[in-house]
Amino acid sequence: MSELKEELKAKIIEQLNLEDVAVEEIADDDTLFGDGLGLDSIDALELIVMLDKDYGIRLSDPKEGRKIFESVQVMADYIEKHRTK
Amino acid sequence: MKKEYKIKSYCHIKNQSVWVNGDLAYTLEAEDFSGFAKSTYKSLGLKYPKFFKMDNLSKLAFLASEFIFKEEVLDELENNIALVFSNNASSLDTDRKHQDSIQNTEEYFPSPAVFVYTLPNICMGEISIKHKLYSENSFFIFARFNAEHLQLYANGLLQNGKAEKVLSGWINFDDNNYEAFLYLVEEEGEIKHNTEEIIRLYHIL
Repeated sequence: MSELKEELKAKIIEQLNLEDVAVEEIADDDTLFGDGLGLDSIDALELIVMLDKDYGIRLSDPKEGRKIFESVQVMADYIEKHRTK
Repeated sequence: MKKEYKIKSYCHIKNQSVWVNGDLAYTLEAEDFSGFAKSTYKSLGLKYPKFFKMDNLSKLAFLASEFIFKEEVLDELENNIALVFSNNASSLDTDRKHQDSIQNTEEYFPSPAVFVYTLPNICMGEISIKHKLYSENSFFIFARFNAEHLQLYANGLLQNGKAEKVLSGWINFDDNNYEAFLYLVEEEGEIKHNTEEIIRLYHIL
């Protein structure tokens, strides 16, 4: 699980072009949207594509993402339970 | 009587260098556009993380506009500065990236962050967001730099009270070849806003 969380942090930084953010600066429980990392709606769509491409998880309703992408911890828990690759 | 407008300032970006009003403002050798853009952004001392999410065309337009606007006193609430840009490659650089991502039906994962830049006028949106411009904007695709059209269009906006100033010019990016030439038109300035002067400034480098 710890490895997955580190992997997610690195992917979030790389795929969302968070140029000035380092892996160690993202805490497991940090809010990803709003006041946290300040991600926006396009970032949310990008994370949905990442779930599908890297973990074989296809969200049928994009609104599900709102809860799943709450923090790296919540994302990792969800991926552990639902991943197909 | 029709007012006469002036070109107050202008900026060129090409060959890994930035010139403002004909003077070299920044240069970086032996870098591709990505490295050059990042380094130029850092040199401006900006804190605007959204820059790193932009496509190449938007980064180019954003940087050129920053060099011009940093000399301007802009209102924090609203600025009536119209944007009138042009190029001949539209958003092809990003269109190709999007095309690559949808080419393989087995690995069909188009990126939303790439797709949103598959229109050339998005770069004007980025500038408008940064500087709170709730103003007119138009992006024209020409075979080559068309000073006459840009001059007529900018003058029309100014004379009809649609804008107080116009940031106009050429922003082109394709296959790591890039060129930006932006100039600010308003009532103050030393250079006449006419076709001959626009062409002269365009070819000054």
